[in-house]
Amino acid sequence: MSTLELQNVSRWYGNVVAVNDISLNLGPGVTGLLGPNGAGKTTVLHMMAGFLNPSRGTVTIDGKPTWRNPAVYRDLGLVNEREAVHGFLTAYEFVLASAKMHKLPDAPGAARRALELVEMTDAQDRRIETYSKGMRQRTRVAAALVHAPQVLLLDEPFNGMDPRQRMHMMTLLHSLGDQGHTILFSSHILEEVEQVSGTVQVIVAGRLAASGDYRKIRRLMTNRPHVFAVQSSDDRQLAVALIGETSVSGVEIANTGLTVRAADYGSFTRALPRIALDRGIRLRKLLPSDESLESVFSYLLEA
Amino acid sequence: MTTVAYITARGLFGRRRVLLLLPLPLLLVGLAALCRSYNVNPADWGVPVLTALGLAVVLPVTALIVGTGVLGSEVDDGTIVHILTKPMPRSNIILAKLGVAVGVTAVTAAVPLFIAGTMADSVRLGLALAAGAAIGACAYTAFFLMLSLLTRRPVLLGLVYILVWEGLLGRFVSGTRVLSIEQYVIAISDKIAPTDLLTGRVSLPVAIVMSSIFVIGGTLLAIDRLRSFSMAGETS
Repeated sequence: MSTLELQNVSRWYGNVVAVNDISLNLGPGVTGLLGPNGAGKTTVLHMMAGFLNPSRGTVTIDGKPTWRNPAVYRDLGLVNEREAVHGFLTAYEFVLASAKMHKLPDAPGAARRALELVEMTDAQDRRIETYSKGMRQRTRVAAALVHAPQVLLLDEPFNGMDPRQRMHMMTLLHSLGDQGHTILFSSHILEEVEQVSGTVQVIVAGRLAASGDYRKIRRLMTNRPHVFAVQSSDDRQLAVALIGETSVSGVEIANTGLTVRAADYGSFTRALPRIALDRGIRLRKLLPSDESLESVFSYLLEA
Repeated sequence: MTTVAYITARGLFGRRRVLLLLPLPLLLVGLAALCRSYNVNPADWGVPVLTALGLAVVLPVTALIVGTGVLGSEVDDGTIVHILTKPMPRSNIILAKLGVAVGVTAVTAAVPLFIAGTMADSVRLGLALAAGAAIGACAYTAFFLMLSLLTRRPVLLGLVYILVWEGLLGRFVSGTRVLSIEQYVIAISDKIAPTDLLTGRVSLPVAIVMSSIFVIGGTLLAIDRLRSFSMAGETS
């Protein structure tokens, strides 16, 4: 098990600050790296992968610096966003070359296993230049996984994959995370991040805006009312009772039920069953409707 | 052959750019054969064909195409990352690529120079030109390989070195010859097979020492630059 650590990392290009004083620790499991375009995600990933020197601060894997330290690639795999592969090689030759450069004891076996993991065995003997974008991406993932790295960094790994391949890749990342690997992937598609990982690192304008489980992050945003969708046996009577609660800041009635805005998540969720019980109202549905990653992300961007 | 050398060689011969290597050696051998078949006096065609075409154009241009091709193309298209994300000393990568570049350049330039030199004078001159070309291949490719890591326009800078520094300034400003690989090759070949067709303008010790500096200095600088290879955060 490996830990990737950034300590007060900044990176600037001339007068432009791309990454500003980021500190974070990544342990085993899958973490999503989120941020709008130009936020600095790729810069952070490049620094983590040893392809960019931090202007200030340190980037280490298990205490070893990643910059100018090729030995770190024994424990690190990288799939960067740029779709760069040696097109004149077959997928098997490409992954085998990776295994040989890692000096693995059974390079052909490791190459075959890695290609199997990404379901590329059937096409492994075709030249990569004949592949679709998704197949190239999977081949690159296989090459990055061939030495079973403890830390795997992926920049937009689902680009070009069809839905089935996407699902397979998500399952693969999940299982690697469950096995104790440290996986970090960036994506601009929030649904992807939501499906693969509950833990996120959100970068906005070069700064780390939030870090951790996005549902917990949402609950910490006490300045924003939590929105719940509620359905009951008597919505109108429930609305009257709820508006008298101090934890509730607003109630809307619609044909489909109530939309309740609660200033305090904990107080509201404790009060609602009591109110319903006191008035003999049967609760049919209670859903936090702004606890999606998309809501959390948009709140962070607006902050 | 190491994996890096294998990938480099496959990449080099898999690109259309390698076809650029063919016309110049063919032109060199063709011109020499033509002059020989018409019994033209070697004193009249030896210098323009062997020196002005062979050593001043065929050798450096071949080295430029190959020297920038073995690394510069991978840097341009990003495939170098595949090799750099391996726990290998960067010196292994540079030495493997340099080995391929020197081998290809030496064969491409030395063989036609050997044939043309033999036609012009003797087998000894042919061998001298081939030996000079092999040494020149080492110095040129190390220099151009280093340029691929120092600048985003290695071919342009290489052409400036060949055409302006060696071709233009080398003729008129004698001091520039000390930094001219072409002059080292001529001096070494001239020493091995002294003829009127070759006129060395730098001494043999200067040629040997400076060739070594180009090879060793270029290689060390390339290794150091590769250790600090950076990717710009250009995407998002």
